[in-house]
Amino acid sequence: MKRYSAFAIAREAARYHTGWERAWRSPEPKSHYDVIIIGAGGHGLATAYYLGKNYGITNVAVIEKGWLGGGNTGRNTTIIRSNYLQDPSAAIYEKARSLYETMSQDLNYNVMFSPRGVIMLAQTEHEIRGYQRTAHANALQGVKTEWIGPERVKQLVPIIELSGPRYPVLGGLWQSRGGTARHDAVAWGYARACSDMGMDIIQQCEVTGIDKSGGNVTGIQTTKGAIKCNKLGMVVAGNSGHLADMAGFRLPLESVALQALVSEPIKPCMDVVVMANTVHGYMSQSDKGEMVIGGGTDGFNNYTQRGSFHHLEETVRALIETFPMISRLKMLRHWGGIVDVTGDRSPIIGTTPVGNCYINCGWGTGGFKAIPGSGWAMAEVIATGEPQGLAAEFGLNRFQEGRFIDESVAAGVAH
Amino acid sequence: MSTRIQTGGRHLDRSKQVHFNWAGKQLTGYGGDTLASALLANGELLVGRSFKYHRARGLIASGAEEPNALVGLGTGAKFEPNQRATTTELFDGLVAKPQNAWPSLAFDVGAINKMMSRFFPAGFYYKTFIHPRFAWKHLFEPIIRKAAGLGAAPTEKDVDRYEYFYAHVDVLIIGGGIAGLASALAAGQAGASVLLVEQTAHFGGRAVVDGVDIDDEPAEIWVEETLAALREMPNVTIRNRTMGAGVYDHGYATVYERINDHLPEMITDHAPNMDAPRHRLWRVRAGRIVTATGAIERPLSFAGNDIPGVMLAGAVRDYLVNYGASVGDRVVIATNNDDAYRSAIALVEAGLDVPVILDARTTADGELPTLAREIGIRVETGKAISSVKGNKHVTGVGICSQAGEGAELEEIKCDAVAMSGGWSPVVHLWSHCGGKLNWDADQSMFRPDPNRPPLGYDGAGFVHVAGTANGYLDAAGVMEDAIKIGKLAAKETGHKPKATKVPSTFSAPENPIEPIWQMPQGMSRKLQMKTFLDYQNDVKVSDVRLAAQEGYQSVEHTKRYTTLGMATDQGKLSNINGLAILADSLNAEIPAVGTTTFRPPYQPISMGAIAGDARGELFKPIRQSPMHHWIDTNGGFWEPVADWRRPYCFQQNGESVGDAVTREILNTRQNVGLLDASTLGKIIVKGPDAGKFLDMMYTNMMSTLKVGRCRYGLMCTENGFLSDDGVVARIDDETFLCHTTSGGSDRIHAWMEEWLQTEWWDWNVYTANVTEQYAQIAVVGPNARKVLEKIGGMDVSADALPFMAFKDGELGGIKARPYRISFSGELSYEIAVPASQGQAFWDMCMEAGAEFGIQPYGTECLHVMRAEKGFIMIGDETDGTVIPQDLGLSWAVSKKKDDFLGKRAQQRSHMVDPKRWRLVGLKSVEPNEVIPDGAYAIDGTVRDNGVKHMIGRITSSYFSPTLNHAIAMGLVENGPERMGDIIDFPTTDGRVIKAEICDPVFLDPEGTRQNV
Ligand SMILES: Cc1cc2nc3c(=O)[nH]c(=O)nc-3n(C[C@H](O)[C@H](O)[C@H](O)COP(=O)(O)OP(=O)(O)OC[C@H]3O[C@@H](n4cnc5c(N)ncnc54)[C@H](O)[C@@H]3O)c2cc1C
Repeated sequence: MKRYSAFAIAREAARYHTGWERAWRSPEPKSHYDVIIIGAGGHGLATAYYLGKNYGITNVAVIEKGWLGGGNTGRNTTIIRSNYLQDPSAAIYEKARSLYETMSQDLNYNVMFSPRGVIMLAQTEHEIRGYQRTAHANALQGVKTEWIGPERVKQLVPIIELSGPRYPVLGGLWQSRGGTARHDAVAWGYARACSDMGMDIIQQCEVTGIDKSGGNVTGIQTTKGAIKCNKLGMVVAGNSGHLADMAGFRLPLESVALQALVSEPIKPCMDVVVMANTVHGYMSQSDKGEMVIGGGTDGFNNYTQRGSFHHLEETVRALIETFPMISRLKMLRHWGGIVDVTGDRSPIIGTTPVGNCYINCGWGTGGFKAIPGSGWAMAEVIATGEPQGLAAEFGLNRFQEGRFIDESVAAGVAH
Repeated sequence: MSTRIQTGGRHLDRSKQVHFNWAGKQLTGYGGDTLASALLANGELLVGRSFKYHRARGLIASGAEEPNALVGLGTGAKFEPNQRATTTELFDGLVAKPQNAWPSLAFDVGAINKMMSRFFPAGFYYKTFIHPRFAWKHLFEPIIRKAAGLGAAPTEKDVDRYEYFYAHVDVLIIGGGIAGLASALAAGQAGASVLLVEQTAHFGGRAVVDGVDIDDEPAEIWVEETLAALREMPNVTIRNRTMGAGVYDHGYATVYERINDHLPEMITDHAPNMDAPRHRLWRVRAGRIVTATGAIERPLSFAGNDIPGVMLAGAVRDYLVNYGASVGDRVVIATNNDDAYRSAIALVEAGLDVPVILDARTTADGELPTLAREIGIRVETGKAISSVKGNKHVTGVGICSQAGEGAELEEIKCDAVAMSGGWSPVVHLWSHCGGKLNWDADQSMFRPDPNRPPLGYDGAGFVHVAGTANGYLDAAGVMEDAIKIGKLAAKETGHKPKATKVPSTFSAPENPIEPIWQMPQGMSRKLQMKTFLDYQNDVKVSDVRLAAQEGYQSVEHTKRYTTLGMATDQGKLSNINGLAILADSLNAEIPAVGTTTFRPPYQPISMGAIAGDARGELFKPIRQSPMHHWIDTNGGFWEPVADWRRPYCFQQNGESVGDAVTREILNTRQNVGLLDASTLGKIIVKGPDAGKFLDMMYTNMMSTLKVGRCRYGLMCTENGFLSDDGVVARIDDETFLCHTTSGGSDRIHAWMEEWLQTEWWDWNVYTANVTEQYAQIAVVGPNARKVLEKIGGMDVSADALPFMAFKDGELGGIKARPYRISFSGELSYEIAVPASQGQAFWDMCMEAGAEFGIQPYGTECLHVMRAEKGFIMIGDETDGTVIPQDLGLSWAVSKKKDDFLGKRAQQRSHMVDPKRWRLVGLKSVEPNEVIPDGAYAIDGTVRDNGVKHMIGRITSSYFSPTLNHAIAMGLVENGPERMGDIIDFPTTDGRVIKAEICDPVFLDPEGTRQNV
């Protein structure tokens, strides 16, 4: 792999950029791999990457029905934070956040991780208590967060309206090393690194069946033919239910549409990410200048990657109350992704009822921030065959045991 | 130079001068101008700077697809960034500023990027700025952010008003060109209810500009007659300045009406009585949607095609015909089709010079080219532009062979270029909800595939496309198609179309287009780097080829890697050209590459319109108890609680909030307090199966409750977690009244209905949420009974109304239902009266209670008193992870019932784990030290992952004035077995607070105070 750098650009500029090589190969599938990962979203690609990097397993294929990074990884609002309440969550999200800090250097691909800080606003007494509790928990978990008052909020976000007639801003939970990253670049950076390790990323190849023998996975059926494998990892977010069905088990999750929208670009006016959970909306400003806005999920299950308009209304109303200046901006585009939501809003990582078949799903509305941590944990599970490490508490069995890791406790939404 | 010409201008009112300000200059236009046409007429060719390289840019289009002419419009609270000059109607006093240029449009420092552009190809961000690690956030990113971003951010609160309209129609027709008008007429005549919308101020679309004849007269006459006929029809509604924004599932569409953007008088003294919102967002539910949205012209890809003075040929014609404005005096035409000849002819007819028409096709012998030659225009076939000369404006073009690599054969002086790469039907609205496209190779365009439409609830397609949007470029084809579609839509919505005659049309016939995606065919990389596809985002042919070369081959990858089509025009000009280049780079067919996803809205719409009038006070209107006003004027310190406001406390004589709370607690415990409890949810559950139903909803047994009695009940989710609590009263055999928490009433009512409607639909039970029908007033404290006795009307003695009973009757002449229930541990009556009598009864209590020391109290007093008594509070002690057993509430969980919601869940292994954290009281060792809410307890050990091991947490924490001691409730591992132990609570500011584990009931464990 030719490394990227300012010098490389200068060199290429001289020959009108005709010398750049492919970021990743597009091979035809081989007949057998040690490990097959289904789903070339961020989580699938990160899993493959850490299988290679941490365990030296490189005879790996990542199978993608569309184009890599085209699922939720390429549709989300890219908020990265780790101020989660429950111990297992804080551990995996903080691991992910810390890996984001060095991702550009690790991958030699600028993913534009921008730790500009994330504020979660408290707008009721109840929320104040919730966030103060999170701040206490985070202090013990080693996650740096801080409860801040309204004046500090205003300092960080000059365009905010503190004394809205309905829900005044009473303070917020501030994570200064939270932020955003360029979503496509995360997928592309991992894809390039995986391809460089000799792994095959196979796009436009849909998995249509799972082959088993004696309760163990032996391979998959795809639109490009049958492929055998020793181990299989399913990392397909909103399509997890379908894949599990092919393998013959069921999952405790629902697939619903989550929407986002952007305004036309304007000059920088907000440097941090703000989440307002009581009124249900959140906003940040991209490097292009668009205000990136997200809201809640639809109340019904669906696979269309569109959402219902009234949800946007609610989100935009909430944000106009919070940031009155956006009223005269225009919405440029809105879209949806299908997110996989579990009962406790925490992911599932671990073994399945089928032998040598592992699953990673349930990241729901908030898994972009987890991508490197999730890949790290999933690679460990696949490599060792055991649910251990960061993944230990996220197994499917927790639903049978009633051992929920409930994150909706502190915040209504979990982006 | 661009200028106003003496003749022409269909829309102009030359008798009306309009003054406006552009970039600080006072300029003048005419009534009927757009800002764009007025700028052109004033010789203002340079209108913007591009996003990435800050290149000088001029007007390129005349309509919504314009990518360059974005301006900051208005000032102060009416400032709006990124407004298109082409869709802004000129008005007197209009103020517009250029964007993305500093210090000025002509001398933009950012244009340094342009010199460096060779070093900034597509995706260069991903390849550089990687080291050193900290530089991205602190150095590179801030610079990039500042350079990007186009318009300035508004700084003031919007002063305008916005609203919604809801409309249900048989047929929504989007587009008011001849296709939309003909469809509307056909559907309207069939009797269908029709809403016809047109995004601009004028109807007629292209036909009226392009010299089409209908029924042997200029199209304009037919347009006027048709409009007049439609206006006569009561079943037809027509709106101009109204754009179809989005198409959603099941015939839902959003339609965006700009009511007064063009009427500044609205806010001045000219029309003080006119009070209209700025924008109106229509939410339309239509049986059928007909999109008659026409087509958008494509630019040609030649080097320098972005230099100000290069314009779409159709736009050149629009400005000439509609506004009497020309882009230049000597206009070279570059084309691959016949249509652009119309512009050449129009220019010559207007007295301007067309030095040459460069037609990339090998032959051009159709009617229009022949006419062009006849009027003396030089036509060169097989020729292309090798490059456009000039910097801030066009000074000439180099001519080359289309087939070659761009060797210049001749240079021609000119001050403008009109280009046409063919036309792309506007298929956005068709595609929003899943309509699919076919590639029509003959016409080089994507057309809607009528066999793959967006499907409605019944499986039938609900969108039709008519006219040019449907791929018909000739007027006759448009007319026939539009009438057919109008009738079809009417028929499908249950109407009988009338037999009508298709008007005869005439427009000059055209010979086929030849697809030309790159000019000349063999252009070098170097030329490709000067050939723009996406003007606003500075995406060039070379960028798309680079993306393909590097493996970003999916059209979505190419888009994201290069930012092609991601600008504010969303690729209206660039997408097809870009994907054709991509297909060529990949050696693939255009349809195999496909398009990116079309997402709403068609054009950006204001956030204000999306929010409508739900802002300020109307954003989630506050629910008010019957005593709201009294509380507000008697020192109530409000706190938002769910949809309500509740008084946190009542401040007297300037006391602090803390002092007020202390006073209220002591007074209630010593004398008597008055609480507005109206916000508590009240749900009536009625029917023969009501008891059976409540036995499922609550963990307690409710069916055995005696009429006239109350029982405290708990509700859990299927997962066993406590979700709400409250007192249930049995009104009669078949009727229960369930109290919920203030925040829970709607949620719990919906929860009950969900179960009744989805699982137990055969049970004979009805529910009604009567929360707002009653005012509920709690009279609490040792003197409570005396107050009620003084009001009189009902025996409220311990015998007549014992603890946990209620009675219907009258108090002080008001119909009342006092419940003997207590959330404070004191003697307490909660009295429900009709909401309309709430204030009267409250006044009565205040008056009768005066001699007994009555004072109103707020929510914080309520919270402290319940904590002193060890009562749990939903949302404090519970958080969705806590089961009743954790809170010592096993007594309220029936062991006799076969089932209730949460029962099985509570038997799961983790739920019965003895190590679950359980409820205890906590007394700070230092009596005045209140433990912070949410603090965690640790035992000093550290877990594998280095995290300190937590053994419990605070759920509620207060200073108790009654006990004169800091108290708290918390959940602690093995807590109930550790009475008397002292545990550590570290705080976020680094202190450690020690507290002793104790019984959570701090006050009156025997209940002697309440049960008197
Ligand atoms: C609008 C929106 C906003 C969001 N905002 C945030 C945010 O701000 N912060 C945050 O942290 N998270 C956010 N999220 C959530 C986040 O995007 C997801 O949790 C995360 O991207 C999931 O990544 P993934 O790799 O698991 O799934 P995906 O990226 O969806 O990848 C799954 C892949 O599997 C492929 N696949 C599916 N079925 C098959 C098959 N049969 N064969 C082959 N391949 C298949 C899919 O095509 C897809 O590419 C948001 C999500 C949405 C929709």
